[in-house]
Amino acid sequence: MARKLLLDKAHVPGITTYDVYRREGGYRSVEKALKSMSPDQVTEEVKKSGLRGRGGAGFPTGMKWGFLAKPEGVPRYLVVNADESEPGTFKDRYLMEFIPHLLIEGMITASYALGSNRSYIYIRGEYVWIAEILENAIEEAKANGWLGKNIFGSGFDCDIYVHRGAGAYICGEETALLESLEGKRGNPRIKPPFPAVKGLWGCPTVVNNVETVAAVVPIINEGAEEYAKIGIGKSTGTKLISACGNINKPGVYEIDMTISVEEFIYSDEYCGGLPTGKKLKACIPGGSSVPILPANLLLKTAKGETRMMTYESLADGGFASGSMMGSGGFIVLDDSQCVVRHTYSLARFYRHESCGQCSPCREGTGWMEKILWNIETGKGKLSDIDLLWDIQRKIEGNTICPLGDAAAWPVAAAIRHFRDEFEWHVLHPQEAQTRNYGLMHYADPIHVPNSVMA
Amino acid sequence: MSSETKNSVSTVKLTIDNISVEVPAGTTVLNAARQIGGDVTPPAMCYYSKLEGSGGKCRTCLVEVAAGSAADPRPMPKLVASCRTTVMEGMVVKNITSDKVKDARAGVVEFLLLNHPLDCPVCDQAGECHLQDLGYEHGKEGTRYEFERRTFEKEDIGPYIQLHMTRCILCYRCTYVADQLTDNRVHGVLDRGDHAEISTYISKAIDNNYSGNMIDVCPVGALTDKTFRFKNRVWFTKPMYAHRDCPDCCGKVTLWQRGEEVLRVTARKDEWGEVCSHEGKPGWICNTCRFDKKAASDWVLEGPADVSRHSVISQGHYTGLQKPKETLPEVMGGRAPKLMMDIHDVSEVNKIELSQLPGAATGNDFNSPAAKEA
Repeated sequence: MARKLLLDKAHVPGITTYDVYRREGGYRSVEKALKSMSPDQVTEEVKKSGLRGRGGAGFPTGMKWGFLAKPEGVPRYLVVNADESEPGTFKDRYLMEFIPHLLIEGMITASYALGSNRSYIYIRGEYVWIAEILENAIEEAKANGWLGKNIFGSGFDCDIYVHRGAGAYICGEETALLESLEGKRGNPRIKPPFPAVKGLWGCPTVVNNVETVAAVVPIINEGAEEYAKIGIGKSTGTKLISACGNINKPGVYEIDMTISVEEFIYSDEYCGGLPTGKKLKACIPGGSSVPILPANLLLKTAKGETRMMTYESLADGGFASGSMMGSGGFIVLDDSQCVVRHTYSLARFYRHESCGQCSPCREGTGWMEKILWNIETGKGKLSDIDLLWDIQRKIEGNTICPLGDAAAWPVAAAIRHFRDEFEWHVLHPQEAQTRNYGLMHYADPIHVPNSVMA
Repeated sequence: MSSETKNSVSTVKLTIDNISVEVPAGTTVLNAARQIGGDVTPPAMCYYSKLEGSGGKCRTCLVEVAAGSAADPRPMPKLVASCRTTVMEGMVVKNITSDKVKDARAGVVEFLLLNHPLDCPVCDQAGECHLQDLGYEHGKEGTRYEFERRTFEKEDIGPYIQLHMTRCILCYRCTYVADQLTDNRVHGVLDRGDHAEISTYISKAIDNNYSGNMIDVCPVGALTDKTFRFKNRVWFTKPMYAHRDCPDCCGKVTLWQRGEEVLRVTARKDEWGEVCSHEGKPGWICNTCRFDKKAASDWVLEGPADVSRHSVISQGHYTGLQKPKETLPEVMGGRAPKLMMDIHDVSEVNKIELSQLPGAATGNDFNSPAAKEA
C-alpha cells in the first residue's frame, strides 16, 4: 500500500468540519511554521522538498516562490487556482470537497512564507457547492483563530477569500485568472511581466494549484527530506491522479510517484484494469491538453523501458514518443473508442473555450474542429490530414497563452500516432459511420533499432 | 535634445535583420524596427503606439530572437511579439531573414482572412485597409478554408459609426479608444473565441465626442464613417491637410475631397497608419470636426496630404491631367492596330472628356447639362 499524504484522512467521518480535522492532527503545519520558522525557512523547505507544480506545467514550486518580487510597501498575494476545468481532470474537486481544511491549512502556511495577507481561492463557477464548503471551512478556521489579525501572536495577518469563476476554461490560465479576479474580461495577459513581478492589481503574486498548496502541509509536517524521499528523481512526493475512461474503477487516486503506468491501470488498488474483453488502445496520461499515446508507447518508452508514473518518465521521448504528466487527468481509451471522434470532441472543446484574443488560436481552433468533423462524418479528404498538421503547427507556440499549444498538441499527437485511423476514416467513409477502427496494431510492441538503444 | 538629457537616457544597441540600430532603453523591438523602416519593420495589426496596452494579439509582428541579450545570448525558444518585447543590449532579432517568422506570419495572415469576408469591392475601407496590405505583402495566394464564414447579426451603434462585425479581426484597438479617450466607456468585447464580437453593451449608442477615433484606429472596414458611406472610393478622392480652430481637439485633419466637396474628415495618419502626433500629443480629433464640418469653408487648407507613393490613394493626385503621347503609330510603323474591343477615351455615357477637366471629376461634372444629354 503506497503512502498517502493528502488523502489519508479524507474518509474520516466528519473531516470537513474543523473539530474532526483538528483532532486528526490538522493545522499542525501552521503551528510549526508560525512558531518555529521564518517565512524564508518555509520557502527553503519547499525548495528542498522538490515539490513541482501540480497544475500541469510541473514547474518547481519553491523556485516559483523564490522569484516573487518583494518591494517595500507593496502587498503580495497568493492566489490558489481552483479553476479546474480540463476535461479528464477532477482531482482538486475531490480534495476540496472531502478535505477542505487541508487547502486552507496549506494556504495559511504558504501565505506566511510569501507574506500574503490576503489570499484568494479562484474556484471554478460550476463548483457551486464546493465554494460553500470552502467558505464554511474558512469561517471555522477564522472562528478558531487560524485566520485574521495577528494569528496566535505571531504578528502575521491573513485572510482568505473565495472567488467564483463564471465558467471559462481560459480563466485557469494564471494571468487570465488574475484579470478575472480583478473583475475584468478573462483574457490572458502578455508576458513578461510575469505575475511574480506584476500580478494581481499590479502587485507581486504567486498563483498555485490547489494540490500544490495542499502539498505544503505534509512538507512542513514531515520535513522536506522525508517528503523528497518519496518518488523517483525529480518527481518527489505524491500526486493525485483522476482516472477516468474505460476502466473498472474510475476515481481519484493518490500515488507516490514510484509505480509504473501498467501497474496503475491494471492493479486493483488503482484503476482495476479494463472491462472484461476490452483491450487498451490509447491513453491521455495528464489531462486533455497533453499528447495522446497508443498502448505500445504508453506502457513502454520508445527505448523499451517501463514507463513510470513520474514527470520524467511520462515525458520520455519528448512529443515524438512521449507525453506529459500534466494535471493528472488520466483518460483511458479501449478498443471500442474512435480516436478521430475523440480528437474532434477535444477540438470542439478548445474552440469553445478559446478566448478569441489572439488570431491563431481564435481562428485555428474553429478550423480544426470543422475539418475533424468532416473527417469524422465521412466527408474528409486525405489532404485534410496534412492540412490539420499544418494548422496545428502554425498555432503552437505562436499564441499569447498556452491554450493555443493545448489545442494543438492533442491534434498533433493523434495524427502522429493514429494517422492510419484518420486515413481509414477518409478512405472508408461509409464503414467509419458504423464501426470503429478498433485496436489494430496499436498495442503491438514497437521495433526499436539498435542505434536507439545504444 | 540638450546634451545633458542625451547622456541621461541610456541607449541600447541591437541588430534587426543584421542592421544595427541604437534606441533608448525600454523601446519595443517593433519601434526599434520602425526606426530602420522598410521591409525590416514587422507588420502590426493590433499594436497602436498611441494606445496604452494595445498589441500582442494579432501575432503578425512575431519575430525570432536569435540572441536575447549580450549578457544572456541564448535564443528565445518561441517567436515573440515584437510590439510587446523590450529591446536588450546586444539583442539579435531576425525578421525577414528568418524562415520561421515568414512561415508563421503567412499562417497568421491565413488565420486572419479565414473569417474575414472578401467584400473589398463594396467595402469603404478598401484602398486604406491594413489587412489588404498585409495579405498582399505577407500572405499566400488562395485559402485552404472550405467552410462557411462566420457572420454576425447586424447591429446599429449610433448615427455616425457603421459597425460591420463580420469584417472585424478583434484587434481591440477600438476598445482601447473607448477606454482611454472617451470618459464613458460603452464599448467592449462580448462573448469569446471566434464568435467574440465588439459591441456597445446592449447596443447602447456611442455618443461620446471622441468616439469617431475608433474609425481611424480600425485597421479593417469593421468601423467606418457613416457620413462617408458609399460616397466614393478613397483612391478617387484627394487627401488634403487642413486645420481649423477647434475648442475641443487639435483641429488638424486630413480632408478627403472630390473637387471642392469635402467627402470625409479624418485625423492625419503617419507612415505606419497611426494618428500623427502634434507637439508630442496624439492628434485625435473630435466628432464635431469629423462629422459636422463638411464644407471646404470650415477649413483652412494647408496642402496635399502625405500619402505613400506606393499607396493606391496617391493615384488621385494629378491636376491638369495630360493625355499621354500616342506612341502606337510609331511602334506600328504607321499601320493602324486592329482593336479587339472598341475602346473610347471619351465617356460614352456622360459625354465628358475626362482629360479636359481641370482636376479630378466631381459630382458636379456629371450633373452638368452636357452629361444630362446623354
